[in-house]
Amino acid sequence: METLLKEEIKGKTLSGAEAVAQCLIAEGVETLFGYPGGAIMPVYDALYDYQNELKHVLARHEQGAIHAAQGYARSTGKVGVCIATSGPGATNLITGIADAQIDSTPLVCITGQVHSHLLGTDAFQETDVVGISMPVTKWNYQVTRAEDIPAAIAKGFYVAKSGRPGPVLIDITKDAQFGTFEFIYKPCQHVRSYVPKRAVDQASIVKAAELINQAKKPLVVFGQGVLLGKAEAEFKQILEKAGLPAASTIMGISALPTEHYLYMGMLGMHGNYAPNVLTNSCDLLIAIGMRFDDRVTGNVEKYARQAKVIHFEIDPAEVDKIIKTDVAVVGDCKEALNQLLPLLENRSHVGWLNEFQRLRDLESEQLIQSELEPESGEITMGEVIEQVNRITKGEAIVVTDVGQHQMMACRYAKFKRSRSLITSGGLGTMGFCLPAALGAKIGMPDKQVVAIVGDGGVQMTIQELGTIMQTGAAVKILVLNNQFLGMVRQWQELFFDKRYSSTMMINPNFQLIAQGYGIESRKVEKREDLNEALKNMLEHEGSFLLEVAVGQEFNVFPMVPTGSSVSEIRLK
Amino acid sequence: MKKQYTISVFTEDQIGLLNRVSIIFTRRHINIESITASESEMQGIHRYTIVLHEAEDLVMKVVKQLEKQVDVVMAFYHGNDELIHQEIALYKLETALLVSGGKVEKILREHHARIISVEPDFTVIEKTGFKEDTQRLFNELEPYGILEFARSGRVAVTKPMKQLKEYLNEIEITTLKQ
Repeated sequence: METLLKEEIKGKTLSGAEAVAQCLIAEGVETLFGYPGGAIMPVYDALYDYQNELKHVLARHEQGAIHAAQGYARSTGKVGVCIATSGPGATNLITGIADAQIDSTPLVCITGQVHSHLLGTDAFQETDVVGISMPVTKWNYQVTRAEDIPAAIAKGFYVAKSGRPGPVLIDITKDAQFGTFEFIYKPCQHVRSYVPKRAVDQASIVKAAELINQAKKPLVVFGQGVLLGKAEAEFKQILEKAGLPAASTIMGISALPTEHYLYMGMLGMHGNYAPNVLTNSCDLLIAIGMRFDDRVTGNVEKYARQAKVIHFEIDPAEVDKIIKTDVAVVGDCKEALNQLLPLLENRSHVGWLNEFQRLRDLESEQLIQSELEPESGEITMGEVIEQVNRITKGEAIVVTDVGQHQMMACRYAKFKRSRSLITSGGLGTMGFCLPAALGAKIGMPDKQVVAIVGDGGVQMTIQELGTIMQTGAAVKILVLNNQFLGMVRQWQELFFDKRYSSTMMINPNFQLIAQGYGIESRKVEKREDLNEALKNMLEHEGSFLLEVAVGQEFNVFPMVPTGSSVSEIRLK
Repeated sequence: MKKQYTISVFTEDQIGLLNRVSIIFTRRHINIESITASESEMQGIHRYTIVLHEAEDLVMKVVKQLEKQVDVVMAFYHGNDELIHQEIALYKLETALLVSGGKVEKILREHHARIISVEPDFTVIEKTGFKEDTQRLFNELEPYGILEFARSGRVAVTKPMKQLKEYLNEIEITTLKQ
């Protein structure tokens, strides 16, 4: 890593601000997302000299910058970097930091801070961002001396990307940015108090293999851990060898190709019928890199009580947190699955897979067909996504916002490649989609990036159309407009007696807005125009906004109502 | 079943860590009965001793989440039977109470409390022991008028003999193996 440093820089006297730039280069950073302001100006001044090495993307709001950094990190697997000034700049990052924390996204956020002699005095644009961000960062630190910058940034990158990844915030006072010192950079490889991953216990692997070999009705439930651990290949081998049907959490989607014969769909509240129902029939539940979120388990008291549970997990604090395990395999997923593979016997579990097929057919007949191929009536979200599938053939990166369209995208979008679905799973952050899609496109410029977003969420960060315009990132924006905050409206319909309190939206003319930003756009209201409009959008060279008017009061089904068991999932 | 547990958290010596530790309790709406921070036997490593009244299952989850923090070296929890623990209490009384009568003096003798400072208008008494001990003395002195009272959080050492150093060595070894 040190070789990345320009020789002439080592030992040279640098300002803290210039050291920030040098440290980022040494960590292999190419792109950063941010917004300047008073307390971070020295760093921005230094960045002016490094425009070839460090491409800075100027967002239109710090929340946009951090969601873009998240999209970049999630699509590329690299650490996302985000820069903001003190006070409001720093507080505007918090939603994104919280989102990255709960979805285990590696981020390094650098914030400017007032002069160290002003700390605690309510100085202009002073805020205790270290205090504010503490509950939602994996690690954070305030630097008040220039010479401490390299060690803090080195530790920050190491912590962000190692073990279970997460966001790190480094707050640098303005005097530390101005101060000078003899620059040396050593990447961090070890922190005494921090064990990123434990060595896999061989005995637990043996026990896990025994249970899997004995199981008659095994079910794999997997999450983002598979792709964070870069274990997609091992994971697929395990499934195929032992004939294990597998269902994904929202965060695990795309770790296994959606067309794989053992992929049974999504788990949880709006997941697929078969894996939800059969969670309560399996005799062995094999959880891999997932954390039993309440949206996945439904009522925990009635969740897979009949089954033995194996949990492959890198974070010891997740083991037994929600579901008591019979065998916990703590450690790196790739390492653990590699050790497990030779111990597994070949199985096909034909009868058990038939049970899945029967329920899949049922879901398809009673629900999916009418979602994906309606013959009349208003346009459905499902058919829009199905048409996208047919054009992109599962090769696109799909970025979603939060709500009904998100659930529809997670249910119906097809993926061939890992890291192809980027969505705010844990925090459910509306406004995530547009900037995250921008970040994903910048990280993966050769991939088609489709932002699927609702009329509510798009307006939460719509200013990032400006960033899309300025960067020229060819993001395809698909606004599914039902003129409602659809998911809240659905809950109001089902559980609040159709009292549509503050969920109806009078929306702007999205074409005019796009036009203002120089982005091509179109609106589709009729089914017969849909396919051609989608093709136009996806074939268009630059960014494009396509608004589709979908049914106003359509609901997302199936659904596990709050408090119900996953096997009580309703098809309508 | 809820019970009294003591959590010992060993951390790097860094600004803000107490906040990071206390957040874990706040998030789960857990009330901390007492908290003490001090240096440990190892240079550069601090220890927090936290007393709480909760079910063991929850305490175990909290300890894992504490240990997950990057700058937390180790965290343990123990029941009261696995600990030697004490609290210190200071009682400020009017000096006149001790010179006249002798009843207060008798109470202090019975409780093995020490007089640690005598001023013309007030005297400070110190008593170390379990919370019940210092509370009993408080109850007996109260009718005579206590001008000021303060009790420390619990300080505790564990009965199991494994030393922090050994745990640290184990961590070093497992990390180096990788």
